[in-house]
This record gives sequence, C-alpha cells and structure tokens, in this order.
Amino acid sequence: MSAAVHPYISEYSELASLLPGQSLPWLQQLRLDALDAFSVKGFPSPREEEWRYTSVSAIEKKRFAPAVALPRHAIDTGSLKSWQLNDAWSIVLLDGRFSAELSVLDGLPDTVSVMSMADALAKQPEKLQNYLGKAVSHAEHGFIAFNTAWFSDGVWIEVSAKQVLDKPIQILHFATQAETLATTRTVIVVEAQAEANVIETFAGLDSVREGGAVSLSGTGASNAYLSAAVTEVFVAANAGLTLYKVQCESDKAFHFGGTYIKQAKDARLTHHNFAFGGLLARTDIHTDLDQGSECELNGLYLGGKRQHIDNHTRINHLKPNATSRELYKGVLDDRARGVFQGRVIVAEDAQKTDSQMNNRNLLLSADAEADTKPQLEIYADDVKCGHGVTVGQLDEKSVFYMQSRCVDEDTARNMLTFAFANEMVDKIKIKGLHDLVLAQVLARFPQSGINQDWL
Amino acid sequence: MLSIKDLTVNVNDKQILKGINLEVKAGEIHAIMGPNGSGKSTLSHVLSGKAGYDVTGGTATYQGKDLLAMAPEIRAREGVFLAFQYPVEIPGVSNVYLLKAALNAVRKHNGLDEVDAMDFLTLVKSKVKALEMDEKFLYRAVNEGFSGGEKKRNEILQMAILEPKLCILDETDSGLDIDALKIVADGVNSLRSADRSFIMVTHYQRLLDYIKPDFVHVLAHGQIIKSGEPELALELEEKGYGWLEDAQVGA
Repeated sequence: MSAAVHPYISEYSELASLLPGQSLPWLQQLRLDALDAFSVKGFPSPREEEWRYTSVSAIEKKRFAPAVALPRHAIDTGSLKSWQLNDAWSIVLLDGRFSAELSVLDGLPDTVSVMSMADALAKQPEKLQNYLGKAVSHAEHGFIAFNTAWFSDGVWIEVSAKQVLDKPIQILHFATQAETLATTRTVIVVEAQAEANVIETFAGLDSVREGGAVSLSGTGASNAYLSAAVTEVFVAANAGLTLYKVQCESDKAFHFGGTYIKQAKDARLTHHNFAFGGLLARTDIHTDLDQGSECELNGLYLGGKRQHIDNHTRINHLKPNATSRELYKGVLDDRARGVFQGRVIVAEDAQKTDSQMNNRNLLLSADAEADTKPQLEIYADDVKCGHGVTVGQLDEKSVFYMQSRCVDEDTARNMLTFAFANEMVDKIKIKGLHDLVLAQVLARFPQSGINQDWL
Repeated sequence: MLSIKDLTVNVNDKQILKGINLEVKAGEIHAIMGPNGSGKSTLSHVLSGKAGYDVTGGTATYQGKDLLAMAPEIRAREGVFLAFQYPVEIPGVSNVYLLKAALNAVRKHNGLDEVDAMDFLTLVKSKVKALEMDEKFLYRAVNEGFSGGEKKRNEILQMAILEPKLCILDETDSGLDIDALKIVADGVNSLRSADRSFIMVTHYQRLLDYIKPDFVHVLAHGQIIKSGEPELALELEEKGYGWLEDAQVGA
C-alpha cells in the first residue's frame, strides 16, 4: 500500500489538535518524527523478519476511527466491572480514554502517583520527558511509530523509592464501540527498592466471560476494533515489579501490545502474559537487563477458531551476572495459529549470564498450527544459556496414569489440557486475578469432567 | 481374585508373553521375579490396561469378570491398582485434586455419594501422616519435582486412599534408598488384609526382605518357569537367574 494515501495520515492533522500534550514542543517533535516514520514504512510487513509469521494486512484494510473523547453513550458497567478487580486500585480507559468516574484510586499512598497520560503530560511534563519514548523508539517498527504519533491517552504510574505496595494497580483497557481505534501509551516507573504489582487488562464489551461470548444486542454484527497499546517500564536499582497482562479482547478485535522494559542494576521483573482474545493479536515484550538484574517471562496463549496469536519476546543481557527465565505455553485448537519468537541476546560484556528459555505447544486439532522460533545470540564466552521447544499432543503416559487412577479417558484429556494451561495460571499470586484468569481458561476449553470446586 | 490362563501378548508383532498361568487368591502376596526383558513390566501393564499391548490369546479373570475387556479406568474402579515403576509428573493438577477425583470415581462406580469434603480431608491427612509425608505434598502438582522416594510414597498414598482389592507393584523398589524402601514397605504391609491381594514385580530380592510374599514366581522369556515358596527368592539372590534359564532351554 502506498503510504502517501493512507487515510490515517491524511486525517492526522485534523486529529492532532485533540491529542494530549499539544503545548509540549518535545512531544510535538516526537510525534512528528513518528508520523514521518509511519508515513514511510506504514504498518509492519511480513517481509520484516520480526513479522514473518504475522500479516497485519487485515488491520490495514480496515479503517478504525480514533476515539477522540470518552464514549457518550451509556456503557454496560456490569460487563466492565466483571473485569475490575476488587482488591486493587484500578484505572479505567474506555476506548483508549481515561474515565475518572469508573476508576477506583481511593486510599492510594502519597508516594504513588497514578493518573491518566493526558493529566500527567499537563501536570508534570518535565518528568514525562525523561521517560516517554526512552524505552522504545518509533524506529522499532510501524506499530510503535503509529502509537507514538496517535496515542490519545494512557496511564502514568510512579512508585516512589522504597515504597512497597500491598495492593496491585490495575489498568483496565475496555473497548465499548465497534470500528474504533484505542491507541494508548503507558509509562510505569518503579523507583529504587520499591515493589509493586501492576495488571494490564484488555477486554471488550462482548469478550468471552464465564462460559461463552455474550453478544451485545443492537450494535450489529461487528465488534471489530483495534487496540494499540504501548507500555514503557522502568524498574530502578534493586526494585521489583510484577507485571501482568491479561488480553481478552473481543472475538473479532485486533490487538497490538508492546511492553518495553528497562531494568536497572539488580532490578527484578516478573511478567505474566495471558493472550486469550482477539482475532489477530500480537504482543512484543522486550527487556534490557543491567548488572545482576533478574527477569522471569511467563506466557500462556490459547487460540481457537481462526485466532492468530503472536508473542515476541526479547531479553537483552547487557551486563554481567543477570538471570533470565522464560516459559511460554500455547494451546491451539480448531484452525488457530500461535506464533512464538523468543530472542535472548547476550552482549559481549554480559559474562556469567544465566538464561533459560522454553516454549511448549499443545495442538488439539490437526488444523491448528504453532510456529516457534527461539533464538539465542551469545557474544560473551562465560555464560549458561539454554532453550527448548516442544510442539505436540497430550502425553499418552499421563492419560494412562490418570485412567489407572479411575479417571475416564475424555475427562483425563480435558484435565490434562487444562493442567497444561493451569501451570501458568497457578503462577498468579493475586487471588482475584487468579480466579479471573482461571475462569477465562475454563471458558475457552472443554471442561467436561473437571470439578471446578476442587481446583 | 485373579486367574490368568495361557496369556499370550505381542508388542509390535513380537511375542513378549508366551503363555502365562497364574492364580492369585484373596489375601495372597505373589512376587514375580525375573531378569530384564523377561516380560515382567508387560504383565503388569497388560493387567492394568495400558495401550500398545496386543493380547493374542488366553484370559485374565478378575473376580469372575473378564479383566482384559475393561477400559483401564473401569479396572481401577473395580479395584485393580497399578503402582507405577515411574510415576508420571502432571504439572497443573494438584495431588489432592487427583485423589479426590479418583476416590469419587470409585464411589460413584459403587453407587455411593461423593465423599464429604471434611471427611475426605481427614482421611487424606491421616494417610499422609502414616506415610510420613509432608502435608504440603497434597497441594503440589502430582509428582512434580518429587524425589524418587516421594513419588513411590505418593503411589502408596493413592493406594491407601482408594483401598483397591488387587495391587500390582511394578518395580516399586527401584530407585529407593533403604530408608524410603522401609517406609514404602511399611505402607504396603499396613494395607495387607484377608481380602486384598498383591502382585509384586521386582528384579531384586531386596524388596522381599521387607514385604514377605506367600509365593515367588520366576518369569523368563515370557513364561513362568518356576514357582515356589519365598525361599526361592533367596536361591535366586544367590545363584542368579542363569541356572533356571539354562534348565528351561534344556527342557
């Protein structure tokens, strides 16, 4: 497609005045550079190595309307609240715009700052200038350029040094309208020796919930929309962050999500990525490790029907003595396709790196497909690195073991499929979130014979 | 309890069991010994219903019913329990879930109601204690990260809770140090009763020091070539299997 005629670009000048941060020259420049990059390159093409298995032509062909304000129609808050965790502070973005009314931030300590990106840019632009665009640049690929130029809002979170947060902070991205574009930029800063849990949740009005999709009456057939959410994360020295991403977009939605992390010396990061929803969903997770940093990347992707779910991770070991652990699991049914590409890059300086990467896929149908590509690039000579990949069916030894313990074969298979996924769910340490994700897993796979009360 | 007659079994068109005859009465303990490759594990797998074994002839009758016609889970619910040589790790399923699912499947099979949650926990905890296991094992994934001894103890725990009638112990002593072996043997001995039978498949005599069998059978080249009193095991320990195999070839 010729970039010059891309309607997003021709309509940009009209939209620009409605985007936050108009009075900030540095941000204006950032957006303009990104716009230029997007004008030249457009959305990523399958010719790019990082996009070989995922074509975004379906996104290019459609025209999503940028949400310029909060939706004016009444929205189904019951549906929204089913995604909102009780024992957490939550900040709600409707179609990519902050809703003060639906957010719950009471009792947040003074040492923690949580606000919309628009507010943050208005109130503390100098601070934002230090972070925005610093963990990822528009040169990364077309979606980052697009997001940088178009972002309409997002979230700013800053946890002050030594503050240990007892409750998690949830960012709930909720899509209420078909054909809309929700483009958000979020920045999370965890200062030295602080600890926090942050949950990013993506859902739509008609996302699968508790045992089947509920179609929204009166809105017509289509619930296609595009979420393009980029998060930049800075974990300072000896700080710890556990970041959850729960992606349960509507069946026909498109999702691009990128999380770009910079870990300082001895910083600890755990990321849990649950990719369940959307027709076409892509998530990029990159982290840069400093000396002695630790990172753990966990992922679970579940695909059915014709879903295409792509997860790309990159771990950059830049300095010595850092540790990384990665486990991604996928369960694919029907004609679904799962893509995993995990790169671990160990720089020349990163001696004593300790890295393990694993990707395991379970195919439930002959038409399902898993494309997996683990990559290790090692430039240091004293490291301990490994990776492993499996694509296959259920282990027949396990099926027989369960049968020999009185469980019938169908139940054993359902149970083992569930268990394969549940290993990742069990890693969630927040009860409310654990239960929400568990319900999602159960809603997406055969559960006959599984007694949920016993789990 | 169990009557095996002229049982022949092929694996990939190769005959592994060449006519097995065995009578196990209620309350008896039978040890089946033999060198590697004699067909010991095949016998325990065929009795418990594992796929990949082709029964080409003979019968196995369990409590008057055709055992070989039953699906593996039906055999288990009817009271046949296989303690695995290599118990399988199942990440994502807790030990306590599997125990509950198994026990309730047996109860349903026998026309009983689901076990009460509190009664179940009391039962499980008492068995865990008897086997000197840590209660934490209940909430861990089935066998995941368990040591060899812990896995075998877990098998005995399942046995203690399901109260089967015919227990088949497949090389239960393999990979156990002497302390673990004693605990497992104590567990098995505590389950001995007049209406429960055991078939112990083992390569070594060692296990029989701790669990005293009523009969010892020697399996070689797919046939039981000698049966006798427990003293036979000691003779095997001393002389190895060679003299019996030679005698078989000569005959």
